[in-house]
Order: sequence, then C-alpha cells, then structure tokens
Amino acid sequence: MTTPSTHRHLLGIQGLTPPEIVDLLDCANTYVEQSRGPAKKGDLMVGRTVVNLFFENSTRTRTSFELAAKRLGADVINMETATSSLNKGETLIDTAVTLNAMHLDALVVRHPDSGAVQLLSEKVNCSVINGGDGSHEHPTQALLDALTIRRRKGHLDGLTVAICGDVAHSRVARSNIHLLTTMGAEVRVIAPKTLLPSGIEAMGVKAFTDMRAGLADVDIVMMLRLQTERMGGSYIPSIREFFRFFGLDREKLALARPDALIMHPGPMNRGVEIDSVVADDVERSVIREQVEMGVAVRMAVLDRLTRERGSPDARN
Amino acid sequence: MAHQKPGRVAYVNARLLDPASGLDAHGGILTDGEMIVDLGPQLAGPGVLGDVGVEVIDCGGKCLAPGLIDIRVQLREPGEEHKETFASAAQAAVAGGVTGMVCLPNTDPVIDDEATLEFVARRARQLGLTKVYPYAAATKGLAGQEVAELGLLSEAGAVAFTDGVSAIANAQVMRRVLSYAATFDLLVVEHPEEPALAAGGLMNAGELSTRLGLAGIPAEAEVILVERDLRLAAMTGARLHFAHVSTEAALKVIRQAKAAGLPVTCDTAPPYFALNEGEVSDYRTFAKLSPPLRRESDRQAVIAALADGTIDVIASDHAPQDQDGKRRPFRHAEFGGIGLETLLPVTLQLVRDGHLTLLQGLDLMTRRPAELLGLPGGRLERKGPADLVLFDPEAPWKVTPESLNSKSKNSPFDGRLVQGRVLMTVIDGRRVYQSAA
Repeated sequence: MTTPSTHRHLLGIQGLTPPEIVDLLDCANTYVEQSRGPAKKGDLMVGRTVVNLFFENSTRTRTSFELAAKRLGADVINMETATSSLNKGETLIDTAVTLNAMHLDALVVRHPDSGAVQLLSEKVNCSVINGGDGSHEHPTQALLDALTIRRRKGHLDGLTVAICGDVAHSRVARSNIHLLTTMGAEVRVIAPKTLLPSGIEAMGVKAFTDMRAGLADVDIVMMLRLQTERMGGSYIPSIREFFRFFGLDREKLALARPDALIMHPGPMNRGVEIDSVVADDVERSVIREQVEMGVAVRMAVLDRLTRERGSPDARN
Repeated sequence: MAHQKPGRVAYVNARLLDPASGLDAHGGILTDGEMIVDLGPQLAGPGVLGDVGVEVIDCGGKCLAPGLIDIRVQLREPGEEHKETFASAAQAAVAGGVTGMVCLPNTDPVIDDEATLEFVARRARQLGLTKVYPYAAATKGLAGQEVAELGLLSEAGAVAFTDGVSAIANAQVMRRVLSYAATFDLLVVEHPEEPALAAGGLMNAGELSTRLGLAGIPAEAEVILVERDLRLAAMTGARLHFAHVSTEAALKVIRQAKAAGLPVTCDTAPPYFALNEGEVSDYRTFAKLSPPLRRESDRQAVIAALADGTIDVIASDHAPQDQDGKRRPFRHAEFGGIGLETLLPVTLQLVRDGHLTLLQGLDLMTRRPAELLGLPGGRLERKGPADLVLFDPEAPWKVTPESLNSKSKNSPFDGRLVQGRVLMTVIDGRRVYQSAA
C-alpha cells in the first residue's frame, strides 16, 4: 500500500522527501518487470491524454516519455516547438493557454530556460512533468540514475558518487545532487573551476578540481555531457586539454573502487569527457541500463501523478 | 482652475519636518502663489491668521515636509509610451509625494541633443505636475564611444550626465568624459557594473543562482567598476556619482574614497535595503532588477551606509516594464521595477526599524538630492517654492496593481503591506494630489 502522491507536478527533485523518492523507485521497479515481460502495456491511463512539449530537441528523452505513457495506455501527442530567440516567453504562455483548453491529463515539458517549466505549470490545470529546464533540474534523469544505482548496489545511502564535468551548466548534476544527498549518499563534483558554479558546496557536496583525488574510492562515476559551445576557449581551452585532465579513461578510473559503476546521461562525446574503451566496458558501464530505467521511472512518475486523481477538469 | 494662480493658503496643525534646518515641530506653513512666505510653530492654529482671503487647510497633525526629489526615474517617453508616459509617471510621482524627478536619457530617441532635451522639458511643463529635470547622455547615443555635447546640454538644462542603465565600459572614454565634465564642473552619474563580468547574468551570483540554474552577476562586477572610476575621478578631478549601489564591497571603497576627500557621492534604491536575492527564489520576474538584489549581508551593509552617511541619496530607480516584458521565463524577462509610489513608505520602514530618524530619512529624499544636482526645493524656507508633501507615516496599505498609478505595474514590492501614505502633494502652491481616503 502506498499513499498517492500529494504533488500535482514534478518540477524538480528539490522538495521531494526520502519516502516519496523511495516510493517512486519502488513503483518504477515493478514497471521494469512489466516492460521486460510479454505484456508491456497496462491500462492505468487508458483514456488519458499526455502531451510531450519539447522546446529543445531531444529524441531520446522524448521517446522515453512517449513509450512510458503508451505503456500505461495513454494517448500521446508530441510537440516539438522550434523557438525563435525573440519572444520565447510569449510563445510559452500562449502555448500553455492553448494546450490547457484541450483537456490534457499530463504535460511533459523540456525548455532551454531555467524556471520555464514552473512558469508553465502555473498556467495549466493538468499535471506538469519537468523534462529538463535550462540549467535547473532534470528530475526524471536523477530518478533513473538512482534506480540504476539501487538495482546494482542494493542501496543509495552510504555510497560515494562523483559527478564529473560541466557541473555549472548541468541540470542533470543539480537533480542528482538533490536526490543523492537527500538519500544519504556522499556526493563529489569534479570539474575545472570555470565549470564549477559559485556556492556549489552549499548544496551539500564536496568540490574537487583534481580528478584523481576526486575519484579516489568512489562507488559511482557519473560523467556529464560537455556542450560543444563551451569547448572552444570560453570555459575550457580545448577538447584535448579537457580530456587530458577531466576525461574518464582507464588510468583515472583505476583510482575508483574496483566495482565502481560508470554512468552517463547521454548522448556521449566519446574522446571528450569519456574514452570509448571505458564507455563500452560491459563490466563497469551501466549507460545502456540507464536508458531502460528511464522508461520505467517515467511510467512511475506518470502513475504517481495521475493515479487516483480525476481528470483535471473534473477537479475544477 | 488649474491655471489660475493660487492665492494665499495656510497649512495649519501640522507636524512640520524640514531636514535642512532640523525643524521637527508642531506648526504651519503659509504659501502665497508659488512660494512659501512663512512657516513655523506660530502658524500651528488658524486663529493667528485672522486674515480674510487666506484659505486654511487643517493638516490634522500629520507630517508636512518638503516634496520628495527622486533623482533616478526612467520615463519611457519618448519611444516606449506603452510602458509609461509623462502623464502616467507624473500621476505616480504626485501620488508618491514626489515633486521633482530626474529622468534618465535612455529614451528613444536618446536625450543627447538640445532638441530632445527641450522636448522633455516642454512636455513636463505642459502637464503642470511633478517637475521633471533631465539627465543627458554622457556619450553620444549612449554608445559609450564619443563624449556628448556636455557643455551645450548643460546650458540647455541637463542637470548631470549619465549613460543611464549601462556603464561606460571603455576606461579611456570614461576618463575623457570625466575630464571634459570637470572643465565645466559637471556631475557624471555612473551605473556601476563592469559590463563584461555582468554579461548574460540574470541575478546575484552565488548559492541561490547555482540552485536555480540562473547565470549570476557577481558582486565583484560592481566594486571593480567603482574602483576603476574612483581612480579616474582622482586622476581627472571630476565630480562623480554612483547610482543604486547594492553591495557591501562597493560601499566600503566609496566610504574610503570619501574619507580621502574625493568628490564622490552615491545613492541607493529601496529594493536594495528592503529586499534580498531570496525574492528571486520562485523565478519571480518582478524581482529581476539591475543591479540584482543581493545577499542579506549586502542589504544590511546598505542600511549601515545609509545610517553613517556613506550613501547620500535614496532614489526610486523607477523602471517601468509592461506585462509582455515580465511575463516570460526569467532569462528573457526585462530588468527593473517601478518605485515612485513606494519610495516614501519603504524608506519609512527604516525609520520604524530605528535605523534612521524621520528627519534623516527625509533628508535622503529632499535636501540631499536637491543639493547634489542644484535643484530648487528640497527644503522648507521663506521664498522657496511651495513644493510640499503631507503624509501619514503610519497609515497601512497594500501594494497592488490597482493601488498604483504608474502605467506599468511591475513593483518588486507587489503584494506587500507597507506603512506611510501620502495625503496631499503641493507643487508651486497648487494641490496636485489628494488621497481618496
């Protein structure tokens, strides 16, 4: 017996309690089994409508959300809105008002601006799931990472997790920091100073600028994607210099615990933040497993936000 | 009626407050036409006048002070009349007890020639409300490249020179602006923010900006520009004024420069002593200001600098933005908040909290700004202009869009309860505003 979530939206990991996180992960675990079996599709959301509203291109995340909703029996519409740099905000609020008139049950939103998903959630009646907003949060990524870790290690508390790379601009890093510290793991962030945001220690992490020191005896090595626009001299001098000091290769990985797992939210820049040999190491890399867990976690989120709720319009 | 010359009016039974003379006493003021002709405790009651033809106004024991002079207002006219006009700003000003305001040159067209300057002066005169004094651009087109015609603009009525909401980035250009301004003993007003360090920033840099995933503007951007400009001021001998100072670090170096005898002054705005960066937590775009709201320790430092005299003036930093400009994701929302109508009540909170005396608080909004820019008013004196504000320092009200006269409603104090209400505003002897209550 689990109590239905009191949250209407999932805008971030910040604000979730340990029991709520555990409940989502337990729920997701059951969906892993369902997805692996022959009868992949359930009927929890039959008759419900889910819209994936993506203001940033992301085939992977969008497909994962789409599959999750369809496996719960929902009708799914995908909207990829190319945004002009002008008047983005007006487009956002107009779009929200328009969608709201269509009686949706859940809206998955990805947007390039921090806080944009929250702004949109204030303008609609349905549940809103943050599919990644700017450099702020990407809660389902953190949940799928946690599920992957928990299934491999059996627990989250007491583990030491190193998050490496472009922490400053990463919503994945922020959501993972919130989730892992909430669940009692020790979190380290490793990056050159140009990619470490000010005040990051206040989020309960230890910051390292020496990757070797930071990786010492860690249980999990979580790599972040380095955006191409940050590679050419603005934040780091060059790709080869970054890879030399902050790329994950066999030699640096040897400093972590022998059973340390390697994770990456994808898509990877091989030879920039991670060496192919390491990324494809079947013994250590759980990168493909993360993708599988993504669908299960998104099913759990949709489940918890819409189960035992009437349609949004009936509530009004 | 509005054009009829006002006769003799006695404002009696008031708490007279004049920071310039230190007067805080029960009394009254007698005006004749546009001028104050007498004031003092002897005019406390109507009986003493006994003169036919004098209109008597009973102030009910409330505070009667010189009208406020607000030295930092963005008018948006000409060019952006959908955000604010002379008329709407003047209505907001008189409702806020502001009888004189100094407007920034960042209009469209920019105030960098005599024609635009005279247009502003003429439009303001036609309204017959709050007196409007223009700053003119320090560099042509506010482009930060070439020195504007400071001498001619000064003759045409510009009270000081500034590039408005942006700093003069190039140190050599700033040096020439200061040096040329010193030739005519003109004041240069700087927006102290190192542009490259602030570029792309949306809020104060620190733990909160990291949590919110918003690009930060470091406090160092302010102090670095202040330090550069102090060096250039010392080098050129120019008079320099820093607008809306917001950080502890910048206030510290300004305090030192003043102690060393440099002719430097500064102001701040109510958000910087009443609010901190926490206001941004929910991506609240009404709290997106330039400079950004800072840490709590900076807010405390601003209060300390007001109390010890490091800060010379409180200005509203009135920056109207329409709904389209603020109803956006935080990154794309415009900077700025309106402030003409909250200047007095938010400052009075410093008095209630014991940081300033009532006379000190008023001084920062009356005599000091008038003296800084050489403007008439700002004090109660015989033969001075009858620019007055009557207010109840305790009367509570809630800041709501409906309570504000400004055309744009983007107040950083939106939804707050404040105390201090203007009951009447008098400009050149004419009662231009009376509260409905």
